[in-house]
Amino acid sequence: MEAHNRWFILFTVFIALLLAVMPLPYDWLWFRPAFCALLVIFWTTRMPQSLGVGFAWLIGIAEDLVTGSTLGAHALSLAVLAYFSLLTYQRTRAFNPAQQLMWVFVLVGINQLLGNWVHSLVGKTVPGLTFLWPALTTALLWPLVTPWLHGMASRLRVR
Amino acid sequence: MLGLVAGALILVNIYTDWLDPLKERAASLAAPFYWITGTPGRVGDWAGDQLRTREELVEENSRLKHQVMLLEQQTQLLAAVRAENTQLKELMNSAETVDQRVLVAQVIGVSPDPLEHVLIIDKGRSDGVKQGTAIMDASGLLGQVIEAGDYSSRVLLITDTGHALPVQVLRNSVRAVAEGTGDLYRLELRHLANTSDIREGDLLLSSGLGGRFPAGYPVGEVIAVRRDPGRAFADVDVQPRGQMNRSRFVLAVIGSQD
Repeated sequence: MEAHNRWFILFTVFIALLLAVMPLPYDWLWFRPAFCALLVIFWTTRMPQSLGVGFAWLIGIAEDLVTGSTLGAHALSLAVLAYFSLLTYQRTRAFNPAQQLMWVFVLVGINQLLGNWVHSLVGKTVPGLTFLWPALTTALLWPLVTPWLHGMASRLRVR
Repeated sequence: MLGLVAGALILVNIYTDWLDPLKERAASLAAPFYWITGTPGRVGDWAGDQLRTREELVEENSRLKHQVMLLEQQTQLLAAVRAENTQLKELMNSAETVDQRVLVAQVIGVSPDPLEHVLIIDKGRSDGVKQGTAIMDASGLLGQVIEAGDYSSRVLLITDTGHALPVQVLRNSVRAVAEGTGDLYRLELRHLANTSDIREGDLLLSSGLGGRFPAGYPVGEVIAVRRDPGRAFADVDVQPRGQMNRSRFVLAVIGSQD
């Protein structure tokens, strides 16, 4: 059996989970990028043949358990995110960086929308469109992180 | 399909408590993540302790000695007052108040969700902390434990929108319910009649009604009272005494020694 270096995927997920609970000053909490969502978009776009909705769902459950949010909230939003990302991965690959950035904003926005829906089920209301801030910060993070992720994944021949 | 499973999970999670044991298990699973991400902060603290000049330490030492002396003197007074108090209570045939056992815990994380005010502390069921344990710091009440894992627990702060606790005014024992607003520096008193005697600067203590929190711990100070004659209730803003955002060490009040 060949080495696929799949551990790198798990490693990135682990880092994303760490970043998701990293302590931040209270006023900055809204600007924390959705690291797991970014990873899901990245991996489903890079390896759509092997990583899919189930992968995203598992990451979501892990994130729910680690952050202590309503169980299933992130699983739902990330699974839906992975579905849309898989539908459009060919286009995402062909986009230029600016288009990619905007598309990531839209995708993570959908993710945040679902998260916000679960929040409202629990009775937590958000003033205005604040819940979209992570979509913006994630989109801005995308062009900074993806070259490195692509580089590492190519060098390690992650398949 | 998986979306449906997730949706079902969410509903089960919200409307039933079937998943609670699982979530408590998850609390101990999540603790290492908070511990790792807390490392830079701890290194900073450690460096702050190590890289201090001798003069600073000497100065701090003498200041602390001073403080200990003052506190000891106050405790001596307190012993006399307590003895007198028990005597009076015996005379009145009322229930005796018992000492509470207190445990020091370290805050190892903060919930990443800006909509909930939750701390993660490094004490759990193995240390006697359980669901409902009151958590406080040196200056006032902070919150209560909502999920107790084996070695860590999640603490809901009194400023969370989903939290309310019974309080009473120190000056005249007016009772009220202090509700969290989602703002770390503000509580609100609910359904307090316009005519009730409350004013700025009043200190609020936990009243012990409801049996969740021990009675008599400081909760906050009234900072604004707005009375609108057209409405039935007054708007009362309270500033919590506890340092919601700053405490690194907290106290868990684990029941009475009976």
